[in-house]
Amino acid sequence: MGKTLFEKVWDAHVVAQDEGAPAVLYIDAHLIHEVTSPQAFGMLREQGLTVRRPDKTFATMDHAIPTRDLDIALWPADAATQVRTLRENCEAFGVTLWDINGPIQGIVHVVGPEMGVTHPGMTIVCGDSHTSTHGAFGALAFGIGTSEVGHVLATQCLLQKKPRTMAITVDGELGTGVTAKDIILAIIAKNGAGGGAGYVFEYRGSAIRTLSMANRMTICNMSIEGGARAGMIAPDETTFAFLKGRPYAPQGEAWERAVAFWKTLGSDADAHFDRELRLDASQLQPMVTYGTNPGQGVPVTGRIPLPEDLEDPAERRSLLSAMEYMGLKPGQAMEGQPIDIVFIGSCTNGRIEDLREAARIVQGRRVAGHIEAIVVPGSKAVKGQAEAEGLDRIFQEAGFEWRGAGCSMCLAMNDDKAGAGKYVASTSNRNFQGRQGPGARSLLMSPIMAAAAAVNGRVVDVREMLR
Amino acid sequence: MQPFTALSAAAVPLRMENVDTDQIIPARYLTAVTKDGMGAGLFSWIRYHPDGTPKADFVLNQPEYQGARILIAGRNFGSGSSREHAVWALTDYGFRCVISPGFADIFYNNSLKNGLLPVTLEEEVVALLWDLVEEEPTTTLQIDLRSQTVTLPDGQQHSFAIDPFRKICLLEGLDDLGYISSKEAAIVAYEARPTY
Ligand code: SF4
Repeated sequence: MGKTLFEKVWDAHVVAQDEGAPAVLYIDAHLIHEVTSPQAFGMLREQGLTVRRPDKTFATMDHAIPTRDLDIALWPADAATQVRTLRENCEAFGVTLWDINGPIQGIVHVVGPEMGVTHPGMTIVCGDSHTSTHGAFGALAFGIGTSEVGHVLATQCLLQKKPRTMAITVDGELGTGVTAKDIILAIIAKNGAGGGAGYVFEYRGSAIRTLSMANRMTICNMSIEGGARAGMIAPDETTFAFLKGRPYAPQGEAWERAVAFWKTLGSDADAHFDRELRLDASQLQPMVTYGTNPGQGVPVTGRIPLPEDLEDPAERRSLLSAMEYMGLKPGQAMEGQPIDIVFIGSCTNGRIEDLREAARIVQGRRVAGHIEAIVVPGSKAVKGQAEAEGLDRIFQEAGFEWRGAGCSMCLAMNDDKAGAGKYVASTSNRNFQGRQGPGARSLLMSPIMAAAAAVNGRVVDVREMLR
Repeated sequence: MQPFTALSAAAVPLRMENVDTDQIIPARYLTAVTKDGMGAGLFSWIRYHPDGTPKADFVLNQPEYQGARILIAGRNFGSGSSREHAVWALTDYGFRCVISPGFADIFYNNSLKNGLLPVTLEEEVVALLWDLVEEEPTTTLQIDLRSQTVTLPDGQQHSFAIDPFRKICLLEGLDDLGYISSKEAAIVAYEARPTY
């Protein structure tokens, strides 16, 4: 029997496998950031260990840093401490650091691919659950805890139990105004926020094949929101074209060999998946979440379900507690829901393609009077490119604030947060209670839907603006 | 790692599904560079008012559940962020075991690395445990890792599954590093192979 993409990558990385034990899996690239690494370096120091492969370890600063142009002396003390600690650790252990003061900086899952660190067929880990993003290149990439960060720093290996596989096939053509974000939100709404636990997703089908790398990253990014630690897409010409010439991509003759190998990675025709899910792209609509987990989403023309529509008592309980937190009512239509804040950014939708699409909606329009709207590019490179294209002016003229690169209001670690009770139209990935600020109410949607919400002051069907 | 063999303790009923790690420990507590004192931030948004006073109706603040060592939560516990701080917050607070119908993968792994036992039981059993400890907060549950069982005061027993390798690690307090390091020769050989 043939092998899946996942199995090919997994099998190629098993260093040792004792009977009854998890596999010792080799890690090709390890990304670290200021928030989940300090205790791991602490462990190395305590045990007198070194970083085994500093050449395979890359550090970014993204989670805690303010995105306003601020001298570090003016930062909150704890964020400054984390940034300084990461600097010291990278220096002491010889790890490449993309420092906030340097030319390369931004969200770890935006910068890694941008630099060409992410290759098809690799194993990639990071102390961050959205490491699944890198699966868009046909890598096996997943988030790990800080203890595991320590293990990888020390040994370049991880002890892992083999997950199961789920094929998610999306065929058909997306309608105008329906995006990659809507595909993944629809998948999670269908399969549940915990539905992928124990699985690695493989996204396939004609609708996936036509997507750009940025869009594929949006989908793989949110695999974790569907409960799967990793999501993968087989590499193809789109992948190779994206990677070619990037700083850490293979060059010259090595590039030719790499591409020949990468072409063999796709799942074989007779490969077996433990589960399969199918979606018709042509039936999808722009999606909006109404609740406090990413599975609580509906098409923008839809309504919040009624408790009596849900058979499962746990789902009912979840709905009711979400409604209480969100200040919304079961049965309510999502279209027309007023918004207070718009956040465009994050590792889900902070890439240049996302900003271009959002800018197209915003161009020549104004942000509604009461709305606070910010754009936070995913990296300095994205920011620079956007400025070269004049997108910053489009956003600013419309009334958006134009920020520096970082995670920002996606996780509200610093002052970039929404106030209690505020409704946030957000292009990020988590609508958890308090995620974007204590009491903040997040509605997840695509960049063009968020842009449309900004100029209308409420949730609207962006397709009406595209007609 | 602190070993886990058996535990006989009271339990807190947390009747909530999809408790994500942002709820277990909000991002603003992630600015620490050590693991210490995370328990103070445990469930802080649901546990405290914005002014820092405890919310009387939150189960962790009720006097009858002080000193409990087991948390009983709804399905998909620990979803979201990979932050191990969530586990550190639970253990620092005093929990040694979480019972749920299902855990998110990363949280489950992180628990095992910190001597916090994740016990997966059927939805119906979890519902029964909720009723039991709500009715009688002093109810003591006995968790035995060796026999993989949860025993109720009336003698009723429910068994749970755990990976045999992970079980040994927990029983003996072993961490992964020693095991991985024992494969050094294989790692060196692997690193010597050409990639393509
Ligand atoms: S943008 Fe948000 S989801 Fe992405 S890495 Fe940063 S905090 Fe995590």
